[in-house]
Amino acid sequence: MGRFTYLRNVVTLQLSEDKCTGCGTCLQVCPHGVLVRQNGRVRIENRDDCMECGACARNCPEGAVKVQAGVGCAAAVINSALGRQGSACCCVVESNDSCCD
Amino acid sequence: MSRSRFDQPFVVSTIWTPAGGVPRVSTELKRRDKWGTFKARWSIGRMSYTVEPGLYALGNPNDGSPVLVTANYKMTFDSLRSEVSGLDAWLLVLDTNGINVWCAAGKGTLGTAELVERIKSSGLEQVVAHRKLILPQLAGPGVAAHRVKELSGFRVIFGPVRASDLMEFIRTGNRATPEMRRKTFGLWERTVLIPVELVDALRAAAFLVPVLILLGGIGGSGGFWFNALHQGLFAVTAIILAILAGAVVTPVLLPWLPGRAFSMKGLVPGLSAALAIVAIRGWVAGEWPGLVEICGWFLMLPALASYLAMNFTGASTYTSLSGVKREMRIAVPLQIGGAALGLLLWVGSRLVV
Repeated sequence: MGRFTYLRNVVTLQLSEDKCTGCGTCLQVCPHGVLVRQNGRVRIENRDDCMECGACARNCPEGAVKVQAGVGCAAAVINSALGRQGSACCCVVESNDSCCD
Repeated sequence: MSRSRFDQPFVVSTIWTPAGGVPRVSTELKRRDKWGTFKARWSIGRMSYTVEPGLYALGNPNDGSPVLVTANYKMTFDSLRSEVSGLDAWLLVLDTNGINVWCAAGKGTLGTAELVERIKSSGLEQVVAHRKLILPQLAGPGVAAHRVKELSGFRVIFGPVRASDLMEFIRTGNRATPEMRRKTFGLWERTVLIPVELVDALRAAAFLVPVLILLGGIGGSGGFWFNALHQGLFAVTAIILAILAGAVVTPVLLPWLPGRAFSMKGLVPGLSAALAIVAIRGWVAGEWPGLVEICGWFLMLPALASYLAMNFTGASTYTSLSGVKREMRIAVPLQIGGAALGLLLWVGSRLVV
C-alpha cells in the first residue's frame, strides 16, 4: 500500500488454510488487498496492510479467516477506557470475539 | 412503507409495483443537497442527516432491474444517486441510524439482520423476479453474503468501493477491477475530513480558554489581569496553532510525515507550531521568551498536536484497532506528561522572576 501502511506485526488476522475452499469472497470484500488466491486457496499476502475491519472473516462461509475486528479509532479506545456508552457512531470499542459468524 | 418516504424533496414521482407505490428518486443533486453535505462536513446536523429507509426507484426499473443497497445517511444516499443517472434500478435504503456505509457496517448496524429485515418489510420479493442484490464493498464488515442467501434467498454481489465506479461495474457484467476494490486515502479524501476534526477540537479547546487566561495572570511583572490578557491570550493563540498542526496539517501531509504511528506524525507539525509561536513572540512582538517558557511551548504544543493527530486514526481508512492500541499505550502517557510538564514550565517561567 506504499505510504499508507500502519504499524508492523500487530494485527490479529489468522487464516486456516486447511479450511479454505478458495471461494474468494474474502478477496472481494478486502479493501486493502491483504489476501491473494493461489492454486485454488487463499493466503495472507500483505498482513501489515490489514486494518482488522472484519469483512473477510464475516464473509468466510468456512470460518477459515478470523480476526479480532474493531474500529481503529483512538477516540473509541479512550471512550471505552473512560467507561462511556457507545452510540450509533463508531466511537466506543465493543468487546468483539474473533469474527466468525 | 410509511407515507413520509414520498414526502422527501428528492422524490420526483411514484412508480407502481406489485408491492405498492415506490417513490422514484431524482439523480440530480440540488443546491440544498450540496449545502446539506457541506454542513455535515462541518459537523452541523450530521448526526440527524437521514433519509427514510425503504425501497426507492431510480429511472424506470422493472422486475429485472438491479437492486442497489445503501445506508440512510443522506450524504451516502446523495453520493450514490448522483452517480447513477441513466440507470434503471431499485434502491433499497437500510436503516443505519443515519450513519454511513462503512462505519455502520463496522458497528454491525448495516448488517445481515437489518438487510434481511428490510428485504422482507419492503416487499422486494414481489418487485423483482431475480434474487440478486448489489451491495457496496464496504458493507462487508457487517453483511455476511452467505448468511443473507440462507435467510432471504437473495444473493449478495459486492459492488465497487466507490459509487462512481458503479455504472462501469454494472456495464461490465458486475465485474470489479482490482482498483475498484481498493479503499484509497488520497489528498482530497483526507482534506474533506478535516473540518469535522477541526470543529470538534476547537469545541473541546473552548474550555481551555478561561483556564489559560487565569493561569496567564499568575506571576511575572504587571498586574494579574494585565498578565491574564497578555500571557493568557498568547497561550490561546499557541493552542490554536497546535490544533491546526494536529488537526489540519497532519491530515494533509499524512503520507509524507515521518513515522507510521499517527501520534508520531503529529510531532513535526507540533514542533513547527512551537517554533512559530516562539518566533511570533520574538520577531513580531519583540519580546523573546526565556528558556523555561520556550521549553514549555516545545512540550505542550507537540503533545497537543500529537494527540489530535492520533485522533485522526478514527477518520482514516487503514489503521487497525490492534495498531491503535499499541501506539496509544506509548503515546498517551507521553502526551499527558508532556502537556502537564509544559504547562508547569509555562506558568513557572513567570514565577521565577
